[in-house]
Amino acid sequence: MMKNTRSGSYAQPQEKTVKLSTVLSALVILLVYAAVFVAEQTLPSTSILFTVLKKGATYALVAVSMNLLNGFTGLFSLGQAGFMLIGAYAYGILTIPVEQRMNVYQYYDGGIVQFALPVVPALIIAGLCAAAFAFLIGLPVLRLKSDYLAIATLGFAEIVRTIFQWDKLGFLTNGSNLLREYPTFNDFNIKGADGEVTLYLSTLVPFIIAGVCIALIVLLLRSSYGRAFMAIRDDEIAAEAMGINLAKHKQIAFCVSSFFAGIGGAMLAMYQNTVQAKAFTSAMTYEILLIVVIGGIGSVTGSCISSFLFVACSEWWLRFLDQKQMIGNFEVPLLRNGFRLVVFSIIIMIVVLFFRQGIMGTKELPDLFKPRRGGKKPKRSVKEKAEQAKENAKEALQAEEQITLTAAEAAETGAAVAAEAAGEEAASLKDKAEEAKEALKEALAQEAAAAAEAETVEGGEA
Amino acid sequence: MREIVMQMDNVTMQFGGVVAVDSLSLDIYKDEIVALIGPNGAGKTTAFNVATGVYAPTNGRVLLRGKIIAQGHPTGKMKHMYAGTHIGEYNKLISHTPDKICQMGMARTFQNIRLFKNMTVLENVLVARHMRLNAGFFQSALNLNLHEERRLRRECSDLLDMLGLSDLMYENAASLPYGKQRYLEIARALATDPRILLLDEPAAGMNPQETDELSDFIRKIKEDFNLTVFLIEHHMNLVMDISDRIYVLDFGKLIAEGTPEEIQKNPAVIAAYLGVEEE
Repeated sequence: MMKNTRSGSYAQPQEKTVKLSTVLSALVILLVYAAVFVAEQTLPSTSILFTVLKKGATYALVAVSMNLLNGFTGLFSLGQAGFMLIGAYAYGILTIPVEQRMNVYQYYDGGIVQFALPVVPALIIAGLCAAAFAFLIGLPVLRLKSDYLAIATLGFAEIVRTIFQWDKLGFLTNGSNLLREYPTFNDFNIKGADGEVTLYLSTLVPFIIAGVCIALIVLLLRSSYGRAFMAIRDDEIAAEAMGINLAKHKQIAFCVSSFFAGIGGAMLAMYQNTVQAKAFTSAMTYEILLIVVIGGIGSVTGSCISSFLFVACSEWWLRFLDQKQMIGNFEVPLLRNGFRLVVFSIIIMIVVLFFRQGIMGTKELPDLFKPRRGGKKPKRSVKEKAEQAKENAKEALQAEEQITLTAAEAAETGAAVAAEAAGEEAASLKDKAEEAKEALKEALAQEAAAAAEAETVEGGEA
Repeated sequence: MREIVMQMDNVTMQFGGVVAVDSLSLDIYKDEIVALIGPNGAGKTTAFNVATGVYAPTNGRVLLRGKIIAQGHPTGKMKHMYAGTHIGEYNKLISHTPDKICQMGMARTFQNIRLFKNMTVLENVLVARHMRLNAGFFQSALNLNLHEERRLRRECSDLLDMLGLSDLMYENAASLPYGKQRYLEIARALATDPRILLLDEPAAGMNPQETDELSDFIRKIKEDFNLTVFLIEHHMNLVMDISDRIYVLDFGKLIAEGTPEEIQKNPAVIAAYLGVEEE
């Protein structure tokens, strides 16, 4: 009986709720895009909100690419800034208009590249460049485990940063000078004949680029390869024993992650309008790692949400901490340049200490719309059990009464035979009563457990 | 003559100065259930690890269905330290990674359960089908092999159905009770389409009743999946009940082989397990 109800409730509604929750999630994502579009047409384009949204979309893509490696494949890599740099430079170098090249590469006779590609092919090539570097680095480095891999990739990122500033490569990278004049997010705005912007797209386009890329990553994670990655994360030895080629799959994950980090780097270049290798420090990798940790290691949705929160905090909401604030004549102490970072660090420490699962844990957007199996159902069944036990207890009380009654009867008649019969009956009833009493105890314990569980569930929700 | 599924020829595995497996030779014929027993530390799991490619043998070779899957001889420092025999017989080095050997048809379970803990029961089994995927990386990554994916899911849920785990299909693997986790590990190994199944202490931690159920289960899957089974086990009831033949290891050396009746009477085996009285 018990078994039947369980298999029914797992197998059947699973299919239906999956579909409903997917539709709802798609709706939420669509609403976000619509909101971005509407906001862009109505609010002034100088609003800080758009800065946050553009940078947030960029960081969301890079964070998801890092999560693919750290959260889903279990490879602790810290090379993200290096791959972003490669992507950003590849994009910049390939898209600077030919007539601007003399101007940008003023110390290197206009540079060696004398053509310009449209944005989309340049983005893809930026990703491919990063993936190609990742392939070469991956050959030796992916043999390393955990911390050693992190150190090796971090070192790689630093080396790349230095090499791209090298004077001798200036014909390609413009040395330590800026790359500029390439198409940026603002160039996506559609302008009328008089130069006035008729349709603002400078925020929606980065959202679309990031959205497409993240969708591709999600598709990968849902495929057989995604399962293989997670198997490697959970248990390398077992994964290998089940026929998964570790070297090949780690290399694939590393290259795919770097491909999207490269596109993310190109987006960062578009966001910043200029790009310089000096800016791609290991601090940038740590920022992205923080986003991943705060969002939840192993959750794409978490990485997206937390990247917007992170960027909003660092660019917008906590900015006031960097300036002197006066309340009447009273100057608030401590507020001065740099204090923002102190507060930020404290917030991060609190997150790491008390919310180790991050915002989402390993949940994804559709999971939020599914009826919770863990929370509600067992509670109900425990309650049912408790009620049944209560009824048993009632029976027990009746039985006890009967015992006393029969005993009294026996005493009254005084007949030995009757007494014996009554005694036997009493014994069996007594057994029953004791059983029932135990059931009552159990019922009370179960009720207490149910209450406790309800409390913890509520506590968890709070 | 029946077909030999797996064969070990003079396999020696030496770690530093410790000879864990010493010149072990055994043959496993098609459709047999063979047990490898021995006291703790006898080198049983090491022998399994050599067979499945986790370790490369220091000396000797392993064949799977007539093909050499591992062959080695002492190299480097080991040349001077080697304490085994049959030196110079296996000059060509051949080694495969465990995933390759699994693809060739040898699947295994682990002594300490190694499930993919953060994945569901169904996903655990699906992972084992990954290496038989027809679709290429890009086709699979873009979810263009919907037809194949659906077929895989159906196959795996049928397999779970057969093994009585279908109620738990969408449960997290780590949340399963211990006994079910053992069964799931076997299910996962079966999903790789093996010819020979290596079970490393499948009944560890099970009570007598569960052990009885397990021996029926092993017999059943052997028939249903046309398998050859090679197992390590400490529960003697189970071993004597289901094995066609038994090999006994002690301190890395093979001390006896034969049918369960022969092994029970063998004085060397009794001595290894109970010790010999001093005279």
